[in-house]
Amino acid sequence: MSHTILLTVIVLGSVGLAAAVILYFVSQKFKVYEDPRIDIIQEALPGANCGGCGFTGCRNFAEALVKADTLDGLNCPVGGATVMADVAKILGKEAVVSEPLVAVVRCQGSYEHRPRTSAYDGVKECRIAHLLYGGETDCHYGCLGYGDCVEACQFGAMYMDEKTGLPVVIDEKCVACGACVKACPRNIIELRKKFKKDRKIYVSCVNCDRGGPARKACKVACIACNKCFNVCKFGAITIQNNLAYIDSFKCTLCRKCVTECPTSAIVELNFPPRKAEEEAVKETLTQK
Amino acid sequence: MLKTFPRGGVHPPENKLTAGNPIEILPPPETVVIPVTQHLGKPAVATVNKGDKVLVGQLIARAEGFVSANIHSSVSGTVSRIDTVTDISGYKQTCIIIDVSGDEWLSDIDRSPDIITEIKHSPEEIIQKCLDCGIVGLGGATFPTHVKLKVPAGKKCNLLIINGVECEPWLTSDHRLMLEKGEEIITGARIMMRALGVTKAIIGIENNKPDAIAHLSRLLNGANDISVQGLKVKYPQGGEKQLIKALTGREVPSGGLPIDVGVVVQNAGTAYAVYEAVQKNKPLFERVVTVTGKSLSKPGNFLVRVGTPVAKLIEAAGGLPENTGKIISGGPMMGKALANLQTPVVKGTSGIVVFPAEESQRPQVGPCIRCSKCVSACPMGLEPYLLMSLAEKGLFERMKAEKVTDCIECGSCSYICPAHRPLLDYIRLGKTTLFKMMREKSVK
Repeated sequence: MSHTILLTVIVLGSVGLAAAVILYFVSQKFKVYEDPRIDIIQEALPGANCGGCGFTGCRNFAEALVKADTLDGLNCPVGGATVMADVAKILGKEAVVSEPLVAVVRCQGSYEHRPRTSAYDGVKECRIAHLLYGGETDCHYGCLGYGDCVEACQFGAMYMDEKTGLPVVIDEKCVACGACVKACPRNIIELRKKFKKDRKIYVSCVNCDRGGPARKACKVACIACNKCFNVCKFGAITIQNNLAYIDSFKCTLCRKCVTECPTSAIVELNFPPRKAEEEAVKETLTQK
Repeated sequence: MLKTFPRGGVHPPENKLTAGNPIEILPPPETVVIPVTQHLGKPAVATVNKGDKVLVGQLIARAEGFVSANIHSSVSGTVSRIDTVTDISGYKQTCIIIDVSGDEWLSDIDRSPDIITEIKHSPEEIIQKCLDCGIVGLGGATFPTHVKLKVPAGKKCNLLIINGVECEPWLTSDHRLMLEKGEEIITGARIMMRALGVTKAIIGIENNKPDAIAHLSRLLNGANDISVQGLKVKYPQGGEKQLIKALTGREVPSGGLPIDVGVVVQNAGTAYAVYEAVQKNKPLFERVVTVTGKSLSKPGNFLVRVGTPVAKLIEAAGGLPENTGKIISGGPMMGKALANLQTPVVKGTSGIVVFPAEESQRPQVGPCIRCSKCVSACPMGLEPYLLMSLAEKGLFERMKAEKVTDCIECGSCSYICPAHRPLLDYIRLGKTTLFKMMREKSVK
C-alpha cells in the first residue's frame, strides 16, 4: 500500500519537475519583452475604454504613449490635464497641455421653432431615419431627435429634452470623448473649446440651404446674412455653404455677433445678464 | 410545370386593380419640377438658365461622365428657376423648374402614330441614340441603358431578356404597356438585340397576365428570334438575377453582373423607350405610372410627363381620400413613402400607391425567435436575422463576410417576419455603411 503511494509521488513529482524545466527553457527562448511602464500607465488611465483618444481602449493608448517620442497630439479627454501630467511623470517626458473640450449640439430646431411637415413611422433610430429621408421637418440638416447620441454616451452626459425634442449635453459630465459626434449621422454635434464657467458662443445651426428656405423650415436657422462675419474683429467667423461658423479657438466671447444675429441662430450660454438687460430687469422689479 | 426561380421568394396579395384600365394621357401641369438626378450615377449638369425658353424634348441637363444620363424638358415653357426641391430620395436635390405654356414639341420628334419596325441603325448609332435621349432602366433602378448595351471588353453576351414580370403587387404599368404597345416593345427588343449583337431574346411574363402573354405571342407569330415565356407568380421574380435563373437556369455569381453569364436584362418599359428614341427620335420625358389604392375612386394607368407633382396624379385618380396614411412611390414592396405630395414624378416612378391610415402603420415589433422564415424567404440565400443583429451591434465587417452586399433589397424578409422586425432597414444600414467604408478606404 505504502509502496503504491510512494511510487505515485515519485512518478508525478518527476513528471512535474521535468515539465517545469522544459517550460523554463521554452519561456526563456520565446520571451516577449513588454515595457513594464505600459501596465503602470494603464493603471493611471481612467479605464473607461471609450475610444475618445482615438485608440481602441486604454491599453492600446498606453502602448502608444510608451512608444511615442513626444506626447504631442496624444491626449486622454476623460482624464484631462491631471492624468496626462501623471503619465508624463511616469514616462519622464514633458506634458503637453491640450485645451479641454466639450460637446455642443448645434441645432435649435425644437417643436416650437421647426414645424413638422410629415410623420415618420419607421425605426426610431437617427441612423436609419437619415437613410430614408430628410426628416419630419423641412430642414434636412437638423436634429432628427431619436437620440442616437444619447445612446452612444457612456458617461450619462446627454439626455433628450422632451419639451424641445433635442438632445442636451450636461457640461460637468461631458468628457469630450467624441462618441456622440460619431453617432450623429448629420454631424450636428461638435467638440468645442471649453471656456471658464462653461460659457459658450456658437452658431446653433447646420442648415446649408439658402436663407429663404432655411428660415421657412426653421425660425432660428442661420441664413448666412454675413452680419456676424462683418462684426467679428477676431476673424473667428467664416461663412461657407450658406452657413456661418465660429471657430471656438479664435473666439474671445465678446458677444457682438450674438446681438447682430437677426434669427437668433447664434447662442450665448452661461453669461451674466447684459447691462441693458439688467436695467430692464430692475425696472420691471420696481414696477411690481 | 411553370418556370420560376428556385430559392426563396414570397407571394403577397396581387391587388392588380388597374390591370383592365387603358393608359390615359395626362395633360402637362402648370409647372414641372425636373430633378437633374433621375438615374443611378453622377447627376447631370444643367445646360439651361433662368428665363430660357424650352420646347418639349429639348436637352436641359447633360450627362456628366460615363454612368449618367441626359435630362430633357417634358414641357414647353420658360425656366423659372433652378433650385433645390425635395425629390423621391427624401432630400433636397437640384431641380429645374419650368413654367408651362402651350405644348410645343421639338420638330425632329416623329409624333405620327405609325409603327416603324424596320431597323436601319448600326449598333453604335443605337447606343449613341440611347445616350442622347437619356434612356434609363424603367423598372425602378434607373441604370443608364447605354452603359448596359455596351458589352464590356472580354465579356460575351448571347441572350437578351425582356423583363415583363412586374412582380410588385398593385402595379400594372408594364402590363398595360405590353397590351397596348406590344409591337413597339418587340421592335425595341430587336433594336437592343442588334446593339448587343445577339440573336436570341426571351420575354419573361408572370402568369397573372395571360392576356399580355397571348398578345405578344400572337404579334411574334412564330418568329424564331424572340420567344415569350410565362412564369409562375412569385416575388421578386423581376429582380434580374432571379429572372435569369428562372428563364435560363444560369446563376449570376456573388458580386457579379448578368453579363458574367452572358445575359443582359432590360425592362419592357425600357424596350418601349428605346423604340421611341431610335425610331421616333423621342427622348425619355414621359412614362406610364400606375396610380392605385383601394380608397381611390378612379385608380388608373396614366402617361405622365416627368416632373409632374404626385398631387396631380392623385387628383386625376379621383382626389386624395380622407383617411390616407401613406403614399408610396413605386410598389409596396420596394417603394418609398413620400414626405411631400409636391414630389415630382421621375423616370423611375412606376407607380403611386395610396394606403389608408389603418393599413399603413407599422405593427409592433416583437423579439426574434429564430424561426428562420426570413432565411427561407431570401431569394439571395442570405440570413437576414443575423445581418440585422450584426447591424444593430455595428459589426459591419462581419456583415461583409456574410455577403450583405448581395442583398437586392426586395424586402421579402421584412414581409415574411411574423414578429414584424424591420430587417431590411438594418440590412440597408449595413450596406450603406459598408459602401461608405469601402469608398473611404479607396480614397486613402
